[in-house]
Amino acid sequence: MKNKKMFFMIPYLLWIILFVILPILLILWYSFTDSSNTFTLKNYVEFFRNGTFLKMMLNSFWYAFLITFLTLIISYPAAYFLTKMKNQQLWLLLIILPTWINLLLKAYAFIGILGNDGLVNKFLRLFGIGPVNILFTDFAFIFVATYIEIPFMILPIFNAIKEINPAVIQASEDLGASKWQTFRYVLWPLSRPGVESGVQAIFIPSLSLFMLTRLIGGNRVITLGTAIEEYFMTTMNWNMGATIGVVLIVLMVIVMLITSRKARRKKVDL
Amino acid sequence: MDIIKLKHITKKYDDGFVALKDINLTIESGKFYSLLGPSGSGKSTILRIIAGFTQPSSGQVFFDGQDITNLDASKRHINTVFQNYALFPHLDVFQNVAFGLKIKKKPMNEIKPAVKEALHMVRLDGYANREISELSGGQQQRVAIARAIVNEPKVLLLDESLSALDKRLRKDMQFELRAIQKKLGITFIFVTHDQEEALSMSDEIFVLNDGQIQQSGNPVAIYDEPVNDFVARFIGDSNILSGRMIHDYEVEFANNKFKCADGGMKPNEKVEVVIRPEDLDIVKPEDGKIVVTAQTQLFLGDHFEIKAIDANENEWLIHSTNGVKLGQRVGLFFDPEDIHVMRLNESQRDFDARLEKYEADENEK
Repeated sequence: MKNKKMFFMIPYLLWIILFVILPILLILWYSFTDSSNTFTLKNYVEFFRNGTFLKMMLNSFWYAFLITFLTLIISYPAAYFLTKMKNQQLWLLLIILPTWINLLLKAYAFIGILGNDGLVNKFLRLFGIGPVNILFTDFAFIFVATYIEIPFMILPIFNAIKEINPAVIQASEDLGASKWQTFRYVLWPLSRPGVESGVQAIFIPSLSLFMLTRLIGGNRVITLGTAIEEYFMTTMNWNMGATIGVVLIVLMVIVMLITSRKARRKKVDL
Repeated sequence: MDIIKLKHITKKYDDGFVALKDINLTIESGKFYSLLGPSGSGKSTILRIIAGFTQPSSGQVFFDGQDITNLDASKRHINTVFQNYALFPHLDVFQNVAFGLKIKKKPMNEIKPAVKEALHMVRLDGYANREISELSGGQQQRVAIARAIVNEPKVLLLDESLSALDKRLRKDMQFELRAIQKKLGITFIFVTHDQEEALSMSDEIFVLNDGQIQQSGNPVAIYDEPVNDFVARFIGDSNILSGRMIHDYEVEFANNKFKCADGGMKPNEKVEVVIRPEDLDIVKPEDGKIVVTAQTQLFLGDHFEIKAIDANENEWLIHSTNGVKLGQRVGLFFDPEDIHVMRLNESQRDFDARLEKYEADENEK
């Protein structure tokens, strides 16, 4: 019995070892060595002493925060009203549909829409405005990133709100809570697990976005993701690239821990 | 003093279903009321209209003399104990009970003693720091009651609040609810489909069917004088036979004439006669007013339930402390007061008017 179980574990173990544990070990190895394969801490010293890396880190955080925040602000009400709608399945399908399209294709579509000869500028020209430079701006980058991430926020929040017993909302009103108080003290805490998984699904990948920064942000937006690509592909300094990678992994773990933290309950004495 | 008045309340849903048809009722303060009826009778809809969760299609709701038909649920001095408790799963017992007070921005040094008192009232002392998921159904029920009464509402609504509990616990909670209501002196409106529950707890019962109030009154009156065969069948077991009123105080059914205590009907009017199974005494065939043959018999612990058939093929249900032999001919004896005569299609208003009239006639004599 036990052997049988082990047998079925083999593909999974192989996967984990080959594609998760080994790569992480490799990255760690590169980050602690120099180009002549000798052990050194100089990559880390460089990372934390050189202001550009810290600035890139802050930049990544800032953009990831903006993208996550905007997505949340748009997705929460959308998910809430979705739970009140008829034909929920159809609406959900319409929200999921864009995620089936390749990210690269969507990025190119946006280049077409936002470019100087794009749809938006053609429209603006009707009113005699423009052409306005939209593509390759911070705004375009955040706008497109938010657009792409919205479905991944709506789905977990929708599921979390759907699971809340509607009688609990009525109980809150029955006890005198206004709509806002009901949201703050009942709806929000009960839907938080959905918000947390949505934030995790968006904030963490957004830290290392690099394709969008290039195609839509026009390389004006530099994040840790862009930096890693730069070091591995352009300057071929794998050791520094790996160091940034390790820092990124540590940041992701910290974000994970913060967002899935359980609130401690205060005990009362009666 | 009247605390709640419903005037001409109707509720029609978008799909055309009429849940309530012209409901008028008055709730006095400090009493225990039950809304009793089968599912779909509209009893929960009445409760939700009083609580403010549902808007009536027409009619008015008055609370303490003020029209609250359009007032938000959150602004009504009414609290509800929900069917499946609807406790806040993310809060512990203390926070659940304190919720209403915190919303009202009461200071902590007022909240704590109030919560302690409410938990004591429902016998949950020492449970303040428990999680809701750690509690049994009965305990959750008590938390739900504490959460409502801590706000000192003038009216407490209970929506099928005991139906999820097992039988023993339900009996205990019936006693406790009644005791809590007496102690607090506030009005309870209890919705239930369980006639035993309604009879044992209430000062007043409204029996509902098809979105209409069939009968209202105290439990004894409703049990003893059902106005129509729906009430007679729904409240307790009963033998219902069609008969004919010969004149006041004499009725004919099962091919026999009997003295009875009812009057005020037209001579020879067709009526229905109700006799409760526990009012039938089993006697020797020659002493009985009716002779029947026992067909089946069930032992129910505290009594036997006997089904018997008379010479006219009428089926009789008898509750008796002693069993009979199956196939045995026995006599059934009952007093004139045990016969309850109902006119066909008589509303409660007509019923009350008739009762008043023939009782007045009686006094003149």
